[in-house]
Amino acid sequence: MPSVVVHSAGLFTTVQDAGRYGCQRYGMPVAGAMDPFSLRLANMLAGNDPGAACLEATIAGPEIEFTDDTTVAVTGADMGPCINGRSASLNTTLTLKKGDMLSFTGLASGCRSYIAFAGGIDVPVVMGSRSTYLRAAVGGFEGRALRNGDVVQLGKAHGKVKVRELPQGVIPLYKSSQTIHIISGPEAGRFELEGLRSFLTAEYSVTDRSDRMGYRLDGEKIVHKPGGADIISAGLSAGTVQVPGDGKPIVLMADRQTTGGYARIANVITADLTLVAQMKPGDTMIFREVTLDHARELLRSRYAPFGV
Amino acid sequence: MIRYIPSGDSAFIIKAGDVISEEIHVTVRRLVKKLDEAEIAGVTGIIPSYNEIMVCYDPTVAGYKQIIGDLRACEAGIESVELPEPSAVHVPVIYGGEYGPDLQYVADINSVSPEEVVNIHCSAVCLVYMLGFTPGFCYLGGMDPRIATPRRDTPRMKIPAGAVGIAGNQTGIYPIESPGGWQLIGRTPLRLFDPQKKSPFLFSAGDHVKFFPVTEEEYKRIITEVSSDRYTVRRTKITG
Repeated sequence: MPSVVVHSAGLFTTVQDAGRYGCQRYGMPVAGAMDPFSLRLANMLAGNDPGAACLEATIAGPEIEFTDDTTVAVTGADMGPCINGRSASLNTTLTLKKGDMLSFTGLASGCRSYIAFAGGIDVPVVMGSRSTYLRAAVGGFEGRALRNGDVVQLGKAHGKVKVRELPQGVIPLYKSSQTIHIISGPEAGRFELEGLRSFLTAEYSVTDRSDRMGYRLDGEKIVHKPGGADIISAGLSAGTVQVPGDGKPIVLMADRQTTGGYARIANVITADLTLVAQMKPGDTMIFREVTLDHARELLRSRYAPFGV
Repeated sequence: MIRYIPSGDSAFIIKAGDVISEEIHVTVRRLVKKLDEAEIAGVTGIIPSYNEIMVCYDPTVAGYKQIIGDLRACEAGIESVELPEPSAVHVPVIYGGEYGPDLQYVADINSVSPEEVVNIHCSAVCLVYMLGFTPGFCYLGGMDPRIATPRRDTPRMKIPAGAVGIAGNQTGIYPIESPGGWQLIGRTPLRLFDPQKKSPFLFSAGDHVKFFPVTEEEYKRIITEVSSDRYTVRRTKITG
């Protein structure tokens, strides 16, 4: 079977698929790609099933050598992909030959790149998924981030992959300042009006205490009503924004704990999870409230390339 | 009154009440059973908690109107949903010493002896209201308030899997190694979470937990049996 040799692992590179579902009720986080849109796009371009396992590279990409001819696609953040030192295109089907080297020159935009290989990545399926959940060392490549010298086995490709071109405007712009659409959350009523106004008007910046579990934001304090911060522990979904007693919001992402005890002020809409996942410490966001119907329109337009 | 609240465009919250009670817990479990049986298209996860259920769905597969309709359909006739008879899972614990460094503290603060702490801890039958926080972590109700103890001022950096602790009015077991501030009174040789197993989790919501003390020798024997898959966890019916 084909494989790739990891010459340099990059800053933080893990195996991720569409996530580990079905065990959330036992406290098992979903994990999976932080940016599900870019994962799906990478898989489409590589001729894979939409949720096949890819490499998720963070801020600085890896350097990998191919032991066989392989069809590849790189999506998400622009880390300056190169094949044998020559600049290669993002968001397109790439054909690599045995011995070719895929590397990255440096981050130009976004935060996370997805590298899909035709046939996916052949790591064991644990509890229904190949995604890495680092905190419990479950899934992925030996339950951990890649290291220099690792050899990652690839799966069997479905057949010859057609080179695909994407229509204009499909790829979101990963800017350092974004408007993020949200839907009002179940505990919005536990905040003072002043607090809700801060949340919907002030700019919030991504702190360096942000990871795959959640984005901790800093900005104008979001004031709760007295005793409003703590709730009876309850479920969290992708993009839930919870606000602990300190008034600083946390956007919950792929490795989020299944339940939490802080007031849930809002939820980032599915279409915009890709934008949040591509933000890095120092980037800023402004939240804008939408209805479920508007969220659905935005989702349809974002996922149009997949015929959703 | 059951309420439906959107949690963004990929989940709905089904709210069964506003407090922690066994009655609401039963309503939650009945609803979960109906939802499981309904196998609603597009649903990716069901997270029951004390007083609500979060139903996650893939909005690229099913729209919210379709999902809410399917969820509401499950509400009919939930009063008559039969739940399995409650059973107690018997959990061996070695108390005190290096396994339970805070046992003496829990005894002192409650003006009882360490032996009495163990007796009190083992006499309760604790209900698993929900799981969450980390894989396999149970939110237990029913600990005797006579051994309630505040959390440690400074959390420990590393608590081993299986550690049994007390935090305020709650008792619990750490399923995986993690940092934490609970007062540690003992350790169980059982594995609450084993991803390699066909059934990776020891507990489900609605189970009951009954602790019983073991000696160091028994503790070590059970560890060996658990790792070679020879230990059978004792489960008994609860009557009344």
